[in-house]
Amino acid sequence: MNLNIYLGMLHQAENTLAESFRQVAEGHGAEPDVHFLCRTLAAQCDRHGELLGPVVHRYGENSSDNEPERLHAQGLNTTRKGPVGLLRDLQDLYLLASLVDVTWTMVKQAGSALRDKELLAVVEQCDAETATQLRWLQTRMKQAAPQALVAAR
Amino acid sequence: MVDRIAKIWGTRTPYPRDALWPVRVDQVLDPGIALGDIDRWVQSACVLCSNGCACDIAVKDGAMVGIRGRAQDLVNHGRLGPKGLFASRQGVSHKDRLTSPLIRENGQLIECDWDTAMRRIVDRSRELLAERGPLSHGFYTSGQLFLEEYYALAVIGKAGIGTPHMDGNTRLCTATAAAAMKESFGADGQPGSYTDIDSCDALFLYGHNMAETQTVLWSRVLDRIAGPDRPKIVCVDPRDTEVARHADVHLALRPGTNLALMHALVREVLAQGWQDAGYIRDHTLGLDRLREAVEPWTAEAAAAVCGVPAADIRDAARIFGTSARVVSTVLQGFYQSSQATAASCQVNNLHLLRGMLGEPGRGVLQMNGQPTAQNNRECGADGDLPGFRNWENPDHIHELARLWKVDPMTIPHWAPPTHAMQIFRYAEQGSIDFLWISATNPAVSMPELPRIRDILAKPDLFLVVQDLYLTETAQYADVVLPAAGWGEKTGTFTNVNRIVHLSDKAVDPPGQARSDLDIFLDYARRMNFTTLDGGPLLDWTGPEDAFEAWKNCSRGRPCDYTGITYDRLRGGSGIPWPCNEDHPNGTDRLYGDGVFPTDPDYCESYGHDLLTGATVGAQAFRAQDTGARALFKTAPFHPPHEEPDEDYPLRYTTGRTAYHFHTRTKTGRSRPLTDAAPRAWVELAREDADRLGISEGDLVRVTSRRGRIEIPARVSWIAPGTVFAPFHYGYWDTGGGPGAHPAAANELTATEWDPVSKQPMFKNAAVTVEKIGDATGPAPAPTTTASRPAAAPGSRPVPATAGGDGAHATETPGTEPAPRFPDAIRNAREGRQP
Ligand code: SF4
Repeated sequence: MNLNIYLGMLHQAENTLAESFRQVAEGHGAEPDVHFLCRTLAAQCDRHGELLGPVVHRYGENSSDNEPERLHAQGLNTTRKGPVGLLRDLQDLYLLASLVDVTWTMVKQAGSALRDKELLAVVEQCDAETATQLRWLQTRMKQAAPQALVAAR
Repeated sequence: MVDRIAKIWGTRTPYPRDALWPVRVDQVLDPGIALGDIDRWVQSACVLCSNGCACDIAVKDGAMVGIRGRAQDLVNHGRLGPKGLFASRQGVSHKDRLTSPLIRENGQLIECDWDTAMRRIVDRSRELLAERGPLSHGFYTSGQLFLEEYYALAVIGKAGIGTPHMDGNTRLCTATAAAAMKESFGADGQPGSYTDIDSCDALFLYGHNMAETQTVLWSRVLDRIAGPDRPKIVCVDPRDTEVARHADVHLALRPGTNLALMHALVREVLAQGWQDAGYIRDHTLGLDRLREAVEPWTAEAAAAVCGVPAADIRDAARIFGTSARVVSTVLQGFYQSSQATAASCQVNNLHLLRGMLGEPGRGVLQMNGQPTAQNNRECGADGDLPGFRNWENPDHIHELARLWKVDPMTIPHWAPPTHAMQIFRYAEQGSIDFLWISATNPAVSMPELPRIRDILAKPDLFLVVQDLYLTETAQYADVVLPAAGWGEKTGTFTNVNRIVHLSDKAVDPPGQARSDLDIFLDYARRMNFTTLDGGPLLDWTGPEDAFEAWKNCSRGRPCDYTGITYDRLRGGSGIPWPCNEDHPNGTDRLYGDGVFPTDPDYCESYGHDLLTGATVGAQAFRAQDTGARALFKTAPFHPPHEEPDEDYPLRYTTGRTAYHFHTRTKTGRSRPLTDAAPRAWVELAREDADRLGISEGDLVRVTSRRGRIEIPARVSWIAPGTVFAPFHYGYWDTGGGPGAHPAAANELTATEWDPVSKQPMFKNAAVTVEKIGDATGPAPAPTTTASRPAAAPGSRPVPATAGGDGAHATETPGTEPAPRFPDAIRNAREGRQP
């Protein structure tokens, strides 16, 4: 059974996303909507991690660690400046959140095959929130893009 | 004669449930003017709040010399409130009026002629459009112009220039009303009617200090309260308002916790089985998710967060759940607070749960603040598209393009129209270089004023300000345009329950001042905006042309005006839209049939996630298969982002007083109103004042993370831990700038907004308060309103607010029967006595 590899990956991806949301929140304090929402969404990711905890525990930590590093996404270490910088940072968040989203989908597939109701309940709650995070990022980027790419100095 | 400063709501005319509100005509004439002296009466309606009281202006020798309420009008049945009586004409007929355009030369504003001023605007506009394109242009307008003016501006912005950057100060006042209706019902459009006050058994006021914001509507409520079968009143407000004092249940919750309370009310209604299962099945979608979201919110859980007793929450829920007819009204306590849209949607949800919409006494009034906010939303000079069209629906964009005969690509629809706070952010960052502000005063009314002043003062921002007076904002302008005011121009506007009124020109504007419509049309002409066939984009010559063009734009949309003409608006009552072939007399209530405008091809919005503001999108919205049903929408509660801490231990909220409107540009020029509330004050609870060693009238410094104000303290009946300041006061009458003792409430507020409605949060901030000087007298706050003093034992009483000679009005009981819908409109149409 390799589900534990994916659960570990998901756990880590949620952590990375949470940290990156926090990073962007701090880096873009002058955009209050981005600032506050990124903090809220970081907390959402933390909560996903907590909900995953018992499941990860049940399937066992991935001790073999045969998971190649390249499957872990790098989080944001710093943020960029200005309108284009905001757009780029949101886009990075979008990529990280997409990874989380698709990983939830894979875990859900496995949970269905295993008929693991506890796991599926966690997926249902978290995956819907991740999908909304993606939609918010897209909404905000679509709003910011024309001004950043056409009019900003 | 009645002193209408002392008696804000006038004399009582009690009436029972299901009767008509008795007629009474309130009137004021200038000193020395007798009825026989008046040359003519000119029909209008008051523009000092969203109520839209119909009135006639008395004219003598080319000047406005008096006002009276219109007995035959469905809105006010002849009544006027203190602002209408004492500031409508006094607020415009004043020596401070701008009478000539001004341009900035060597740092100074100097007078010039129209041609010079307009040429300067057009030159800069053309230059920027050529260099940097339409996204360099922003427009920030008002909730106080006329329908025709908004529509002109909307066409200029969307079809002429093609910029998405246009919004109104309606963003600060009514954006959440619109957003909540779009989310729940699929489109903007007030479900309820004022006539519901006449028939209700219970009235819920959510963050709505109706007694001070719409004084005449509150008179109607008081007359029901004084009648034989008073409705139960439930008040949600941290202040001890006049509403609270009449309430059966007063939920004085902590600012920023509305959604937690609303969750508990919804949960209780569901837990007790007070919902209407049949209605929910046939006319709504999404109950399961609503149920899930409110599940943790027991009355006890909400009580802990909101700081109100759980028993009171249950009482309120019981009144809601068991009264046969409930009316709910919502205003700034919800709209300008944390999670505004989600909290306001819960009010809609409560009514959907009980199937209480669109029937007498059973309805929702998502209120507006300003008199013409509704029209800005309809015409799309704010963050909406004209005719409640959906920016995400390509067919709607094509409709507009055909109507305006322009390329659909010109009309910005790649993202939602830019909201006001974002427009200012782009100006701050320098990507908007041309900002045209009309009939609003952001230098006092926007949050975090130190920042707003910096933006307005930016040297590379070309700022046009169009107003009646040299406001705090106008002082930063590169070009100032003198506009005609109320009574000096003709146009229509629509009040909060969809009633359209005509305001006819009574007198000439002073000096060279021009109507806002003329100014916009002049700009369009000079800019040479054309249609695809080469004709002028705006070929209107006056307001009636604009109105007829707007009717075309509104055809088939929820706000259908096609059955209304200027002539029909003269003589009788105002007419509530939709008014068309199917509804020739207009429409008193919406959604009585349970059919909602959520059809994906028709709706104004596909909706949002209420926590984040993420758009739902066309595909997901269609997949819901709405089938003309309403939507239960909600979000998890989230505490406000700035909560009290050690450094800033008190909660700060801002608001209105009955005697002033907005930044006092008009009411501040009325002697009776100014005398009643001359200068800024801050309200503290007795407990907090005692702890801080502050007594009535002491000068205090209130500090937040953004700034400070230094004004006298009123010790009032506000909830302990909460501090309140009225937001009306700026600096135009105290030296122009904040100086040593800043007084504007928005020095302290934060730059933050609701994720869906984008309405700024004026009602959540953390502050600290300290005494900096002894009192020289009581605080300059009225005693007749929520600011009423909570006298310390043994202290000298604060003198009661009264008006004196200049504040007397006549109140004449009507001899004719009260107007009734639709007779009041039908009879006028058929040429009979209205
Ligand atoms: S209630 Fe509003 S519209 Fe009516 S008179 Fe007062 S300010 Fe004017």
